[in-house]
Amino acid sequence: MTTTATDEDVATDEDSRTVTDENPDEAILQVTNLQKRFGGVVAVDGVDFEIEPGTVTGLIGPNGAGKSTTFDLITGVQNADGGQVVFDGTAITGRRPEQIANRGLVRTFQIARELSEMTVLENVMLAPPHQLGESLWRSVLPGFRGGVSDQEAELREEAWETLEFFAIDHLAGEYAGNLSGGQRKLLEMARVFMTDPDMILLDEPLAGVNPTLEERLLDRIHELQSQGYTFLLVEHDMDVVMNHCDPVIVMHQGKRLMQGAPEAVRQDERVLEAYLGGEVEQ
Amino acid sequence: MSEIDAPADDATSGAEGEQSIRDRIWAVASASDIRLIAVTLLAIYAIFLFLGIVGGLDVNGLYSSLERVTFFAAVYALVVLALNLQWGYAGLFNIGVAGFMAIGLYSMHILTVQIGLPYPVGALVAILITSLFGALVALPALRLRADYLAIVTLAFAEIVRSILGSQRFAELSLGGVDIGFGGATGPDGVLPDPVKFILYEDPYSLRPESNAFGELYFSLFDPFVIDDSTAEGILYALFLIVFVGLFYFLLVRTGNSPFGRVLKAIREDETVANALGKDTRKFKIKAFALGSALMGLAAILWYTKRGGVTPTNFEPEITFFIFVALIIGGAGSNTGSVIGGIVFGALLFRGPVFVERIINRRLEADADPTTIFDAFTGIDPFIVYTTDNLSALRVVLLGVVLIILIQRRPEGLLGNRKEIASSIDLEDRTGGEN
Repeated sequence: MTTTATDEDVATDEDSRTVTDENPDEAILQVTNLQKRFGGVVAVDGVDFEIEPGTVTGLIGPNGAGKSTTFDLITGVQNADGGQVVFDGTAITGRRPEQIANRGLVRTFQIARELSEMTVLENVMLAPPHQLGESLWRSVLPGFRGGVSDQEAELREEAWETLEFFAIDHLAGEYAGNLSGGQRKLLEMARVFMTDPDMILLDEPLAGVNPTLEERLLDRIHELQSQGYTFLLVEHDMDVVMNHCDPVIVMHQGKRLMQGAPEAVRQDERVLEAYLGGEVEQ
Repeated sequence: MSEIDAPADDATSGAEGEQSIRDRIWAVASASDIRLIAVTLLAIYAIFLFLGIVGGLDVNGLYSSLERVTFFAAVYALVVLALNLQWGYAGLFNIGVAGFMAIGLYSMHILTVQIGLPYPVGALVAILITSLFGALVALPALRLRADYLAIVTLAFAEIVRSILGSQRFAELSLGGVDIGFGGATGPDGVLPDPVKFILYEDPYSLRPESNAFGELYFSLFDPFVIDDSTAEGILYALFLIVFVGLFYFLLVRTGNSPFGRVLKAIREDETVANALGKDTRKFKIKAFALGSALMGLAAILWYTKRGGVTPTNFEPEITFFIFVALIIGGAGSNTGSVIGGIVFGALLFRGPVFVERIINRRLEADADPTTIFDAFTGIDPFIVYTTDNLSALRVVLLGVVLIILIQRRPEGLLGNRKEIASSIDLEDRTGGEN
């Protein structure tokens, strides 16, 4: 965690970017001049930022700042009107969502999107990439199906461990639609981890999650961070962001307002103004 | 080959050493599912037998009616199973079922009767052609949401029917070979049903001679006073039951696998499937192609026996019948599809016709009323008048059943069951390899 570059110190910011351009391994995700407009509304207006591997980066900003749209643009759910996204040294702008996910960059959704008429286990077992049995012939033809079952048996163990990790293993056989809001969030996280990602974008992972569960989720995130996973999360709860994210990126009106350590963000005048609804001098 | 092909159940747990074919087939679905299907069918047989005996049918008549019930139960089950893969699993709203059935049957007719390919080769190529059309129609499905796909498929089916019935394409020739669709009356020549190949010397002729096996087979029925056509129908019914078994086996394996899991995910939320790295386009095309191929095959098995090769067999009505049957059985469940097919085909489709026949037989209608005024001249004329119109009232009956179902049990008879999309029992964590 070396990045503490902020807009206040433009020079350092620029410097660090040049460095990472030369060493693509340094930043796992680089977003450059990303743009998206919906009719007359400019949702994302030239956003730039970089994410260092192994960090938990917070992305905050008032409603309508363009956070979720930025997520959509990064993960290919929506196509950007301009700009570039580089993940792990490869430009992924304009790629399809599944291609991006298979490269190891996965996301959760703001409103948990569980597959409600599938059980929790089915939800989780869906996620592992490149399963043999996803080939119709292998699943159907005698002689091949054995291999499919063997692989599924391995994945089943992995799935159970993941469910235990997120403490929803007691719900394994339930339809996902029967889960509570918080449990759905946990399920989404579990599902995302089963894809074996390098970096995870979490869109408001704690919304609607009770404090006990929230603690557990944050513990899990830090535990996984120590294993080398990278997180970018959108969150509205300032306490969470200030205590658990470093660095923090602040967006406002489709632009990056600043990026820095939680302390720096907390003391920044512009951030305060953005949140209190005042006009911002750019 | 793994020992476990499907969730183990009481029937397979006792299997030791090498698995027999029976065990494997048994393992595809839990034994209770097969029992459920069998019980449903037997219950329906009982109803028909009872009505038949009350109606005074002779032995031949009783066998004949059971054979017909089995026929309709089976052919509906076949198409419903195919639709369940597309709609029940993947949520692909295909209301062009009739179109795919027509393509299968017409391809078969042109390939075997007109071009002269051997029957099994013709069937295989016809199935391939249908699946190609399925894949083709699935292309817009890659971008369209459910309701728009419905419009595309319905339009497709109607275009197919218009082309097949059109005078313009009635006579076509390709290198001297007639490949015309025959217009409104269908193409010339007889496309025999597959069972004719087992029983007759020359199945393509209009009045075929029995072969050695045919002689033997028909003679088996002589002591029971069952005529040859009923005997043939019974063999055909058994033949269809085998095909329902094959379809079921294939589709249960397809559904209970990671492939089936992705299909279900597409139905539930395609964006999630994409976000988890699944190229849903490939899955949709495959599901559509396989489902359509099975619809084509089902049509061959259906209309070669009853209905013939004419465009009028493929009006949208048939598509909606299939949907109703699937809704009755429970979309998303293969066992439910079979039961839905049986219940619909036997009770709702065949039932009214059967009831009409035996009531008319019973009353022998001294006064056969032609207008509703005549109908009110007495009890018997009234009953005869009503039952005469039973097959027309079928659609009304259908509506009533559908309304009751949607109110009381919207998920269908078996739609609420968990049929886990996996080749192994996911919840049985310790259940390793055996």
